[in-house]
Amino acid sequence: MTTLAPVSARRRTVDRVSRGITLALTAVAVLPLAFILYYLIKEGIGAWSVDFFTTDPTGRFLGDPGGIKSAIIGTILMVALASAIAIPFGIGVALYLVEYGKGSRFANLVRYFVDVMTGVPSVVFGLFVYIVLVVTKIGGTFAGWKGSVALALLMLPVVTRTAEVVLNLVPDSLREAALALGAPRWRVVFRIVLPTALPGLVTGSLLAVARAAGETAPLLFTAAFVFGTQFDLSQRMNSLPLQIFNDVGQAQDRLVQRAWGAALTLVVLVLLLSLAARLVQRRSRLA
Amino acid sequence: MEAGSFTATTSGGRSSLERSSRSRALDPLLRWVLTGLAALILLLIAFFFIRLFIEAKPAFDKFGYVGFVFDNNWDVSKEIFGAWPLVVGTLITSAIALVIGVPVAISTALYVSELCPMRVRQPLTVLIELLAAVPSVVYGLWGIFVLAPKLQPAEQWFSDRFSFLPLIGGPVSIPNCFIAGLIMAIMILPIVSSISREVMATVPAQDKEAALALGATRWEMIRMAVLPYSRAGISGAAMLGLGRAIGETIAVTIVIGNAPNVPQSIFSQGYTLAAVIANEFNEAASDPTHRAALIAAGLVLFVLTLLVNAIARYYVNRASRGKRTVPTGMAG
Amino acid sequence: MNPDDLTAAPTEPREMTEAGPTTQAGASSPAAHEPSPRAQGHAITLRKLSAFYGETHAVKEVNLDYAANRVTAMIGPSGCGKSTLVRCINRMHEEIPGARATGEVRLDDLDLYDDGVDVVSVRRAVGMVFQKPNPFPTMSIYDNVAAGLRLSGTRGDTRERVEQSLRGAGLWEEVKDRLNQPGIGLSGGQQQRLCIARTIAVEPEVILMDEPCSALDPIATLKIEELIHDLKQRYTIVIVTHNMQQAARVADTTAFMLAGEMIEHAATDKMFSTPDDSRTEEYVTGKFG
Repeated sequence: MTTLAPVSARRRTVDRVSRGITLALTAVAVLPLAFILYYLIKEGIGAWSVDFFTTDPTGRFLGDPGGIKSAIIGTILMVALASAIAIPFGIGVALYLVEYGKGSRFANLVRYFVDVMTGVPSVVFGLFVYIVLVVTKIGGTFAGWKGSVALALLMLPVVTRTAEVVLNLVPDSLREAALALGAPRWRVVFRIVLPTALPGLVTGSLLAVARAAGETAPLLFTAAFVFGTQFDLSQRMNSLPLQIFNDVGQAQDRLVQRAWGAALTLVVLVLLLSLAARLVQRRSRLA
Repeated sequence: MEAGSFTATTSGGRSSLERSSRSRALDPLLRWVLTGLAALILLLIAFFFIRLFIEAKPAFDKFGYVGFVFDNNWDVSKEIFGAWPLVVGTLITSAIALVIGVPVAISTALYVSELCPMRVRQPLTVLIELLAAVPSVVYGLWGIFVLAPKLQPAEQWFSDRFSFLPLIGGPVSIPNCFIAGLIMAIMILPIVSSISREVMATVPAQDKEAALALGATRWEMIRMAVLPYSRAGISGAAMLGLGRAIGETIAVTIVIGNAPNVPQSIFSQGYTLAAVIANEFNEAASDPTHRAALIAAGLVLFVLTLLVNAIARYYVNRASRGKRTVPTGMAG
Repeated sequence: MNPDDLTAAPTEPREMTEAGPTTQAGASSPAAHEPSPRAQGHAITLRKLSAFYGETHAVKEVNLDYAANRVTAMIGPSGCGKSTLVRCINRMHEEIPGARATGEVRLDDLDLYDDGVDVVSVRRAVGMVFQKPNPFPTMSIYDNVAAGLRLSGTRGDTRERVEQSLRGAGLWEEVKDRLNQPGIGLSGGQQQRLCIARTIAVEPEVILMDEPCSALDPIATLKIEELIHDLKQRYTIVIVTHNMQQAARVADTTAFMLAGEMIEHAATDKMFSTPDDSRTEEYVTGKFG
């Protein structure tokens, strides 16, 4: 009976153990997520109530701490303004890189610096806006719109890079067909390229928005903090991340519980945005 | 191909895509606007750097460039700002983040790309990416109220047992450098993992087949074909993770204790360049020297992250040979 | 029986000619780990072998005998299943997600698809050379050839075995002075011979070649064909080829496949002059494929 050279026990063990370790470490990687979600729900849901969402934080240390209404409104307003700035700007730059800038040195430089921007810590963006807009007292000191500017700076590289990838996926043959029909370039961009890339652009933008909604550091020095709800972006504004940050620092149970409630709210918001981004991505006709 | 070179012939009704003399003017306009936006980015970055530097200069004038970075004395009350404790804190926490985070991330990437059943692949990837969606402040909240207290007994045991090692031993504080590093490890996991995964996906099937056909076990195939090929890309991914870790502010300032001393052990309180800015900012509003010092810390942070990211990008580009990858999900 | 027991070293490697050692199983050759001495050679027998990609039935119940120490060519139009069939012999087919094989593949009297058989051992015994030369890009020439050896831990021998294998592949003279240069720095034909050296270094019983010359120029192709002629003295060889002239040059017997089925298997001379099946005749005379 023919037999084959057997695989040594050592090799088998190494194979099995290594694969086991890889699997174990992967399980370890997923654990924190489960942990965090568990605690968020466990501690945060207790804070949720109608009052929680409809009253402002009172700023009182003892007694009724209030809810997070001003934080939610502030986040929505500031992120909306930031998106209004960053998304067109970012898509515009991406359009430049794809439609006009292929291979030019200038475009490569721009692309490189956009990449650089992705690595800048968010606190540095906040510092920058602080120096340029707050210290100089342009339009008052702290203001919601300045927070939006800082958030927009943060969103910009994300929007640009995802947009560039998606715009590159639009086949050149589509552009050439339209141009060959006598269409001016701007029409090709607005009637053909952008609509085709739209789902991908939306996905990238939603991801950028989700990121901006969760940022604390840029707002610390720009929009600063205030308890009451107000819709005036030229004044200080509350926001969910800042509210949480503030409450975390207090050693008072009810405030900490509010922090958990606000954290759960924020995570739900961010997850919904990410989910929406993923759903839109599935409907994309490109790659 | 400029639109101006066309002469479209009409045969009856106009096609909706044809030019008119009005639209002829819009083409250059579009081009100019978009080019302007792109140029604006360059100007912005330059402006950034310059303004940061100008505002930080008073601190550098007072303490010297070397002095600011290397003097071991950050004393707010006396208005002395030597950032060495911050630099050390940044280095220690980032090192912990890398030591814990990178192996786990590589394992995850390996598992997803080479070892796991096809059906599990997508859900597992999504789960890892979700880690990136959690905001930094939520990591801080969870870290200080859940993770740090729960781990303290284990940390104390470890600290007692291994006190002969450098940087271990002594009392364990609840907010400490180790917890900060651990949280950072969790936060950099998604980005290191996803880039590593993309790099591993580019390993040519023929290399893997060659190893298998020689009679290699699955792990041996990974060792022979996948890991060597992916080495450069994985290094790049790890450096990108380092860049993230260095800049992480809010989660760190919540869990690290914010003590401006060089930490005696990884389980004592510490401080980082990023945390000091967030933490002392309000006090510094009225004190120009303090403020300049914080901005100088920000500048040092900025330069550090620029360097690390440049190195990272070099490695990743070398690995993916010009394929543009977009790391998703970067919460701060 | 443990390959790690291997201590016997080949006595006179320099006496081996380009054709490889003609002395089989002499007591000096590292036969300690092989149950069957080389002189006997090894036959492969396929019985009702079927291969599937998911639901697609790519190889349909093939019966075929590969004689020991002979070269058998597999010919047929693209997509006929010849590569798939060959990949079933060293069980590489099942590496593709969703792919499976049924039936028997016997190496002498051992069914390689038996439950107790370790697929890693199968691949050690049945070597493969691929269509596109695939030396490991991060390894030197020496390390490439030694790669398989290092897996099963043959220590002291390695240098001798590497040289033996490179000679056996007809590459020694060309690379002996640059063994630690990267394997991918060689020309296409040299890379392929390097892959052959790597394959024979682990001393398989059978060598499968999947269109080994299709990516090479005619001169390199010729060198490899000469090599095949020498190798068959020590190994049983199966070569997939779309080039009928090549089959005529190197193969003792030829098998023709069409749409997953084995149509005819005969001595090469006969296949190309007076085949039994009309479909074979149409193919070899170029009427299709």
